Parts: sequence; C-alpha cells; structure tokens
Amino acid sequence: MNGQTQAGGILGRLDLQALPFTQAIAHPGASELIASGAAAIVVLGAIATLAAITRFGLWGAFWRGWLTSTDHKRIGIMYIVLALVMLARGVLEGAVMRAQQAFGLGGGFLSSDHFSQLFSTHGTIMIFFVAMPLIAGVINYVMPLQIGARDVSFPVMNQISLGLTATGAALLMASLVVGKFSTGGWTAYPPYTEAAFNPGPGPDYWIWAIVIAGVGSTLSGINFAVTIYKERAPGMTMFRMPLFCWTALCTAILLIFALPPLTVASLMLALDRYLDFHFFTNDLGGNMMNYVNLFWLFGHPEVYLLILPAFGVYSEVIATFSGKTLYGYTSLVVATMAISVLSFSVWLHHFFTMGQGANVNIAFGIATMLIGVPTGVKIYDWMATMFRGRIRMTTPMVFSSGFLILFVIGGLSGIILANPTIDFQVHNSLFLVAHFHNVLIPGVLFGMLAGYNYWFPKAFGFRLNERWGRISALLWIFGFSFTFLPLYFVGLMGMPRRTLSYSEPLFQPYMQVALFGAFLLVAALAALGVQLWLSIRQRDQRRVFAGDPWNGRTLEWATAAPPPEYNFAVLPVVAHRDAFAVAKENGRAYLVPERYEDITMPRNTSLGVVMMLASTALGFALVWYIWWLAALAAIAIPVALIARSFDPDTHRTIPAAEIARENRAWLDAVANTKAITRGDEDTARNTGRAAPEWEGATP
Amino acid sequence: MIRQTMRHPGLNLGRDHGQAHDHVETIVFGFWVFMMSDLIIFGLMFATYATMQGSTAGGPGPVELFDIKSAFFQTMLLLVSSLTFGGASLAMRHHMGAGRITLWLVVTFALGGGFLALELRDFAAMIGQGAGPWRSGYLSAFFGLVPLHGLHVSAGMIWIVVMIVQIRVFGLVPAVKTRLLRLALFWHFLDLIWIGIFSVVYLGGLA
Repeated sequence: MNGQTQAGGILGRLDLQALPFTQAIAHPGASELIASGAAAIVVLGAIATLAAITRFGLWGAFWRGWLTSTDHKRIGIMYIVLALVMLARGVLEGAVMRAQQAFGLGGGFLSSDHFSQLFSTHGTIMIFFVAMPLIAGVINYVMPLQIGARDVSFPVMNQISLGLTATGAALLMASLVVGKFSTGGWTAYPPYTEAAFNPGPGPDYWIWAIVIAGVGSTLSGINFAVTIYKERAPGMTMFRMPLFCWTALCTAILLIFALPPLTVASLMLALDRYLDFHFFTNDLGGNMMNYVNLFWLFGHPEVYLLILPAFGVYSEVIATFSGKTLYGYTSLVVATMAISVLSFSVWLHHFFTMGQGANVNIAFGIATMLIGVPTGVKIYDWMATMFRGRIRMTTPMVFSSGFLILFVIGGLSGIILANPTIDFQVHNSLFLVAHFHNVLIPGVLFGMLAGYNYWFPKAFGFRLNERWGRISALLWIFGFSFTFLPLYFVGLMGMPRRTLSYSEPLFQPYMQVALFGAFLLVAALAALGVQLWLSIRQRDQRRVFAGDPWNGRTLEWATAAPPPEYNFAVLPVVAHRDAFAVAKENGRAYLVPERYEDITMPRNTSLGVVMMLASTALGFALVWYIWWLAALAAIAIPVALIARSFDPDTHRTIPAAEIARENRAWLDAVANTKAITRGDEDTARNTGRAAPEWEGATP
Repeated sequence: MIRQTMRHPGLNLGRDHGQAHDHVETIVFGFWVFMMSDLIIFGLMFATYATMQGSTAGGPGPVELFDIKSAFFQTMLLLVSSLTFGGASLAMRHHMGAGRITLWLVVTFALGGGFLALELRDFAAMIGQGAGPWRSGYLSAFFGLVPLHGLHVSAGMIWIVVMIVQIRVFGLVPAVKTRLLRLALFWHFLDLIWIGIFSVVYLGGLA
C-alpha cells in the first residue's frame, strides 16, 4: 500500500482546500473564478431543484412515480433527463474550450490545468453521461413498446442500471465542487494517470465514475438482449421487428462484450493507484500498451454501440415521415450485424503510431475501411426510402437530413484516417477532433434528438413545438458545421488537439469561426429549452391522446399516449412487418378486445435508489480515502441485494376489470375523435388519430 | 408441451409446465448472458497474464513461487465441490427433500472453504517471500487473475449460505429452485475457470 493511501482522519484526504471557492479566494484568476462559478451553478442548481420539489409538495409523487418506479418508460425518461442535464454541462464546457482557443494565440485566459480538466470532463461526460444514457433511455422507452412487451425482462435490474449510471454522473458533478477532475483526457492513459505522476483525486474520480456506470451499462445490455430474445409479442418474429429493435439488439450485444474490457482496464488502473500494482507503470515490468489495447477494445465497439441505435431512429423516422415502408429492411439488418462484428476488429486504428509493425497496422486499416461498406449500404437504403415518398419536413426529418449530409463527410474523413500512412501525418491533430465530432454529433446526437422529437408525444401525450424544434435543429446543424468543419483545415495545417495556446497566427481565424459555431451550438441548446418550455405551456392544444400523431407504422403507436403502465391492454398478435400500418390499412386498428385478462406487473421498489446512494458513497469514499465509509457502502450493496431476495411480494396484479375500463374509455375517445390527414399534422386538430394514407404505403 | 417440459427438467416447478417454465427460461437465459460477460473479464485477465509472463523485473517467477502440491489439492477440492453441488441438484430433481439438498450444500460450502483456505495460505506464503503484486508486472497479473477467481468463489459461498437460509424460510418454492439452478451454473462455471488457471498459471508456469 502507498504511504499516501494510508493518510488522513475521518474525512480521508478531504479538506477545505478541495473546494474551488477556497481556491478562488486564495488565488483569484480567470480559471479559478470560472471553476468556482461552475461549482456554484451545480450547487445552486441542486438546491433549486430540491427546493422546487419541496415547495410544490412533490416529494411523494416523485418518490412513488419516478424514483421507485420499475416501469421501463419512466426509467427511460429519467435516463434522458439525466443525459440532457449532462449535455448542458458538456456543451458549455466545449464552448469555454472554443473560447480559450479563439483567444489562445500566445496565451488565452485559462490555466493549462483547468483546460486539461475541461477536455477530460467534456469527453467523459459526452460519451458516458450523455450519449450512453441517451441510447439507454431511448431503447428503454421504445424497444419494449415496439416488440409488444409489457416491460423489459428484468425491471428491477433496469432500475439498478439507471442508479449506477446516475452515480457516475453524480461523481462527475461532485468533482466540480469537491476537488478536481482528472487532467488525463477521457481515455485516462497511464502512465500519466498513475499515482507517480498524478497522485491527486482527479484520476480516481474518473476511475470510479467509469467503473460504476460501466457496470450499470453492462447490466442494461443483458437486460435489453434478453428482452428482445424472450419478450416479443406473439407472431413478432425477429424479421418482423422494427429496425430500431435490431439496432437495440446489436447495441445490447456490444454492451455485453465491450464493456468488460473497460471495467478491467479501469480496475487495473485502480489497483495500480491504490494497491501499488504494476500493470501499467513505467517501472517493474508494467506495460501501458496493455491499457491502450484494453481501452480501445472497449472504445471502438463503444462508438458503434452508440451510433447503431441512432441508425435505428433514422430508419423509423425516415420511413414514417416519407409515408413509405423502409427500403431494404433485410440489407439494413445484415449491415447492422456486420458493423457489430467488424467493430471488434478495428480497435488498433486508435493507436497506429504507438509501435506496431506496418503489417499489423495495415490489417487494422483494411478492417476499418471495410466497416464503411455496410454503413454506406445504410445511407443508400435511407435515401431510397425517401425516394418518391411524400416527405414531411418535420423536426426529426430536419435532423435526419442534416445527418445524411454531414455524417457522410464524417465517415469519409474516417476512411482517410483509416490509412495508417495518412494517420501518421494527422494523428493527435484537430483533424481527428473534427472527424469524431463529425460522426458523433450529426450521427448520435442528431439521431437521439430526432428520436426525442419523434417519441415525445408518445411519452407525454402532447407534441413538441415544431417551429422551435426546427429552429433548434437548424442551429445544431449550422452550429456543428461552423464549429467543427474549420478544425479539419487547422488539423491539416498541423495544429495539435488539446492545445491550450499556440504561436501560429494562421490558426486564429479558423479558431474564431469555430467560436462562432460554438455560440450557435449554445443557442441550439437554448432553443431546445425554449421548445420544451413553450410546448409544455401549449400542451392543451397539442394533445395526441389517441396515440398516433405521425401516422406511425410500428406497434408503439397502437397504444394510448402516454401509454398505460402495462403498455397494451391485450398483447398484440403480429403477422407483418410494420404491424400497425398494416392493421390501419386493413381496418383492424383500435378493435375492442373480446376479453381482458389480469396483468401482473412488478411492484415499486427502492432498491435502485439504495444502490445509487450506496455506490455514490462508495465511489466518493474511495476517491477521498474515507475508508470507513467505503467499507460501509461496500457491505451495504450486497446486503441490500440479499435483503431484496427475501421479499416474496414483488409483483402485483391489475384486475381485468380495471384494464377493461381504462382501455374501453380510451377506445371510445379514439372512436369519437376525427382522423386527420397529414396536412393537419402540425395543427390542434391532430389528436393522434391518422386517416388512411395512399396506396403502396404498406408492404 | 413436450418442448416446454424439456426446458429445465431438473426443476419440477409444478403441475403447469407452461408459464412458470417460460418465466424461468428468461431468468436462466439472462444468467447465461451475464456469465458470458463475466467470462470476457476472465478472458482479458488471462490475456494480460499471458502478456506479462516475462515481466518479472528481476523478481521471482513461477518456479520460485508455486507449490504445485497445494495447487493440486485446491483443484481437487474445487472439482469435488462441483460434484457435491451436482448431488444437491439431483436431490432437488428427485424430490429428496430440503434436508438432503441442504446437506449437499453444506458439504459444497465446506469444500469451497477448504479451497479458499489453501489459496489464501499460498498467497500469504508468496507475500511472506516479498512476492506481492507490488514486486513486478508479472506478479500484478498473477494477483489480478487468481484472487479474482477467489473472490468469485467467496461470492458463491455467500450465495450458498443465503440459499440454505432461503430453503429453510421459504421451502422449495419455484423462486428458490431457480436460484439454486443459477447458483449451480455459477459454481460449475467457477470450476471451469479454475481448470484454466490450473493449466495456464500453475502447470504452464512450471512446465
């Protein structure tokens, strides 16, 4: 054990110096003021939220309806709320970095340490606490509805997954207020992150946020895969599933196999730091290349497990808003599968320059280029779906169009980077930064925001404001373009990534354009907020209780908006792909079931909250060497799980009569509402019942 | 119907082999998937061990450190414990009653405990010679892999205790039976991992 890990009293190595406010008073400078300002926002935001819940007496509703809920829909929504809060922080951090580089010619206003923390937290947050919860949230909400299930296979484990993800996010937020986060980038490469060079709490915050959230994601993967294999409605064969479910399945499989390398790598780093192991140290036989291989063995499948659900969303959105069945369904499934398999064979392209031979590099270079083929197939399939469709340029379609154009640019720059000889020239430059933002923002983020606009009316029963949605979508598209396309050029000119300041005046105009883009992105974020605010205020004119505001094609649109807890009063029997579109065409939608049966649903449980609190305490205690608290929390976790296994009363039954009453009331309301044509989609007349479309719209 | 009764023939969940078995099928499948993920973790630890075999940094290697006799006894204890868990599974299948199942579980627990005691004795001896994980990359890889298995065995033993209590509290209800089935899978899985450790770490190291 290190001498250091033994230090400290009841609060370990935690003292007043860890607070940014103390730092700002002791050494007031731009960096310290920004850091304490950000910390103040976190603290005030948390206090304001808690105060608002108390003020409006919502603790009971919040506890019973949300925190203890095992409903996949509630859990999905909580994931997305978490992701959007973290997105706000990530975007603002990005904007601060852009500002620093715009004024970075020979200086700037941030300290190098602060800048390093910014790019480390920005990357960690955007990947693990924005992109991951967004996909987990959307899959959670949509997938069980699409396959005609009542819930995921393991609802309580689902709640625990959410709790563990929230723990990771909480640790990142805590690092803003108590102590400092890692300066080692989102990949936390040793030996820089080893105790020898970085003894402070920063890398420990990174490790425990990643390990705990990673366990949650692995459990999510297991849950999603089992749900898709075992909970499909009668007749819903694999090849009748909506494409989004296929992408969810592939993502789940990737989560199951790709998260363990991350867990292993970060725990080994923890062993190095806490117990003086030598996995990755410079001395005594440690080998940092093991870390790099393990990390990217996770890291590359990770980017595909993020993008695949976004591809699934585009497939749903483009088919629905083109009024056509999806073109090339089978080829899209095969392409999705091919991408999943290939994603495990390309990890080495993240470190072409780190000492392998040319033959190894080129093998991985070729594998990387191959992965562009199935992705290209998908792009053509989506364009063919739009071809001769009756396209409605709704917000999700604006996002999808932006995606189709921009993602191709990002994909092609990836093919360029896949060539090791070129990679040697531009690696570690802003060209790379431009590339991965170019696939992650137009790919993952646009997809998730398209999905948010598309499924919001299903989740809350009213449509989002279209005008502000389109404004926001355009701001995202142009904000992205102005921020990141210039980085390709400065990258080619040789500007390295993660640079605090530079002495080459040629870079500066590009950096200023990028800063302008960053303003647009902050405006895009604000527009999302305005859209949500206005939509909530206008919700009474936007109600779509009948549940089908977009003339949807898949099963999630066949139930009320918002759907009842049990999703479907009677489980649907599926005979076709695009099951709901076919049902509407044949006049078999909204039929009154002959009989209803009792439905058994899991009871609420506080286990997820207990796990979240215990694992947050565990992570925080380990970061600050508060050993008694760590031991307490480490015991509390298995004790809580075992105690739960002694609870025999985990389910409750909803009587058939109650279901019949609710379902008949909804069906009556649907029968009494007027079906609208697509021209009235964005008007108050859209109550969620669609008039039949044109011939050829269904398979 | 035949297909459904074939699914988990050892469980005897009751007269209706329909819904109860469908539900169990989901739970057991989920557990298999979890074990796949866990297997990846072990696989990566094995790979790390393989790459760090030369990284002894001038410190002791397998020949100086390993006591093959002790490792062999550990192997035997664990293999026999798998057999005795099989006894518990058979007792469950043939309705031999809670007492017989509990007895087999107690024997399994004792064998697991014997395994852990020997393993800890070996670790203590290594650390006594100054060959702890801080000595070299090789020993870090060793102490990353072998105790990870030991931690799994400890978790399995806690699980056995919980199941013995649950058999007493609830009797042999379906929930308890499916937990026993999963515990059995887990225990045999750990046996398999140990075969890998014995072959790669101990036999491979001394060969």
